[in-house]
Amino acid sequence: MTTSEEVVLDVDGLRMRYGTTDVLHDVTFQARHGEVLVLLGPNGAGKTTTIEILEGFRVRSAGRVEVLGTDPAHGDERWRARVGVVLQSWRDHGRWRVRELLAHLGSYYAGYSTELIQRPWDADELVAMVGLPEHADKQIRMLSGGQRRRLDVAIGIVGRPELLFLDEPTAGFDPQARREFHDLVRRLAEEHQTTILLTTHDLDEAEKLADRIMILNGGRIVADGTAEELGQRIVGEDEVRWTRDGQRFMRSTDESTKFVFDLFKQYGEAIADLEVRRSSLEDTYLSLVHQAESGLSEAAAANNLVEVDQ
Amino acid sequence: MNPTATALRVGLTRGLIELRESFSGAGLVGHLFWPVVTLVAIFFLRDRSFGASGFTLGTLALPSVLGMYTAFGMLLVIQYLTAEREDGTLLRAKATPNGIGGYLTGKLVTVSGTILAYLAILLIPGLLIVDGLDIGGIRSWLTLAWVLLLGLVATQSIGAMLGSLISSPRGAGYMSIPVMGLIAISGIFYPITALPEWLQWIAQGFPFYWLGLGMRSALLPGAAVGVELGESWRHLETIGVLGAWAVLGLIMAPIVLRRMARRESGSSVAERREKALQRVG
Repeated sequence: MTTSEEVVLDVDGLRMRYGTTDVLHDVTFQARHGEVLVLLGPNGAGKTTTIEILEGFRVRSAGRVEVLGTDPAHGDERWRARVGVVLQSWRDHGRWRVRELLAHLGSYYAGYSTELIQRPWDADELVAMVGLPEHADKQIRMLSGGQRRRLDVAIGIVGRPELLFLDEPTAGFDPQARREFHDLVRRLAEEHQTTILLTTHDLDEAEKLADRIMILNGGRIVADGTAEELGQRIVGEDEVRWTRDGQRFMRSTDESTKFVFDLFKQYGEAIADLEVRRSSLEDTYLSLVHQAESGLSEAAAANNLVEVDQ
Repeated sequence: MNPTATALRVGLTRGLIELRESFSGAGLVGHLFWPVVTLVAIFFLRDRSFGASGFTLGTLALPSVLGMYTAFGMLLVIQYLTAEREDGTLLRAKATPNGIGGYLTGKLVTVSGTILAYLAILLIPGLLIVDGLDIGGIRSWLTLAWVLLLGLVATQSIGAMLGSLISSPRGAGYMSIPVMGLIAISGIFYPITALPEWLQWIAQGFPFYWLGLGMRSALLPGAAVGVELGESWRHLETIGVLGAWAVLGLIMAPIVLRRMARRESGSSVAERREKALQRVG
């Protein structure tokens, strides 16, 4: 990974209040250059609100936010040219052709090249990168849903952003489209060192894409770390299955290696079909969300169950 | 690079692309429909004389409808703004550096180009249908040019202002009702002097009447002035009223547009999409 120490996103004590309801309480996190950060949480957790504040589309109630060193509420056009936002298309620009729209939107960025970054991305190259070369001259309204979404990504990165925001990018994707999309995101991060902040309520997606996962629930970040760290942090039990003399057994344990060793010591070759399933991020996620929703007091949650990485 | 220059240059390209798209294929039929209907109406009015003026209604109406179609720019801008706010075009512009400026420039180019096309579709066959227009002199075309320019600026800037205040394409649909009413009393199809005086006063407060008057002053021979209020072309008053609307629009439109654009976000577009899909389904 080409993550450097440079902080690209710096959020400290972010709060958002609509009327008398707080939807974000004291959200704090950072992202470093080249990192893929996934904001994971159930619907209504505050993911969209958070990302819209960072995009500069929504004004926060309190807290300090810096995106590429600038407060997004006061970002100028130069700042805007360094940030990419993947929006979900619906029927906008339906009569435009794919390459035509990319070339047009790219032309807005032409004046914002730097020594390191040549803006914009060449339209043909971009069309090829998102796998739409045979549709380059098609009208956008003729594209399928998956093709449109890949075009959305292409539009989001046409200015070669240093930081890319994606809000629930794969909602409504079929498995094939989802996989292609994941490859695209990984390539952006690995080959182009784009810092990426992505929201999803899909665990599997978070696990596949993220360098780091933050779980947002009820307007709070309840966990922050790599998928592995999160899996280990919460005391999760592994699941061991085996058969002995044609009979099936299953046991949950937090010391699966030792358990299996003892099992073989005791029964030797009589053990067959051994299967050890590690406690997955899914278990972690569900237990976190469940804890948060079952009304545990904040103090208990902070002390016993959740450690928030700062 | 100068942001304003970028917005203007990119916006011009954008406007021309949208204009080409809008006039190709099925879109062309849609664009031709109303001008052709109007020409048919003028065709049937070509021999109906108006009082003792010596002019036919067709001759008086052709320049007036040019004014009316110029004023349609207002409705077009309102429709575009509300529809493209709903479908997320505007949010994309907001996510792009100088995008809102480019978007607006593009819109004004598209709408102005559309109006110019309408005027050509009306005027060229129209000249073959009706007699008695005075289009030989340079004066006619100069007058037409400044009335058109002032009219485009006034109506489209007002349109941009109203389009930012109205939140849905449905609302834009309701907007066209009072506009049609104003057009009906603005002496476009029938001279305003035939209307009761209080209606004349209302009509004179809005750009539609003055656009029609300005176009008539450009294209009709001098003798036709006898049909008008006060038997004068009232160029100064035309400049005054159209200019006042233009100034109002140019001052107000950027303010309300900025306010409207500030509120756009992914979730607001998603919300409207939900609503729109419910309406359809």
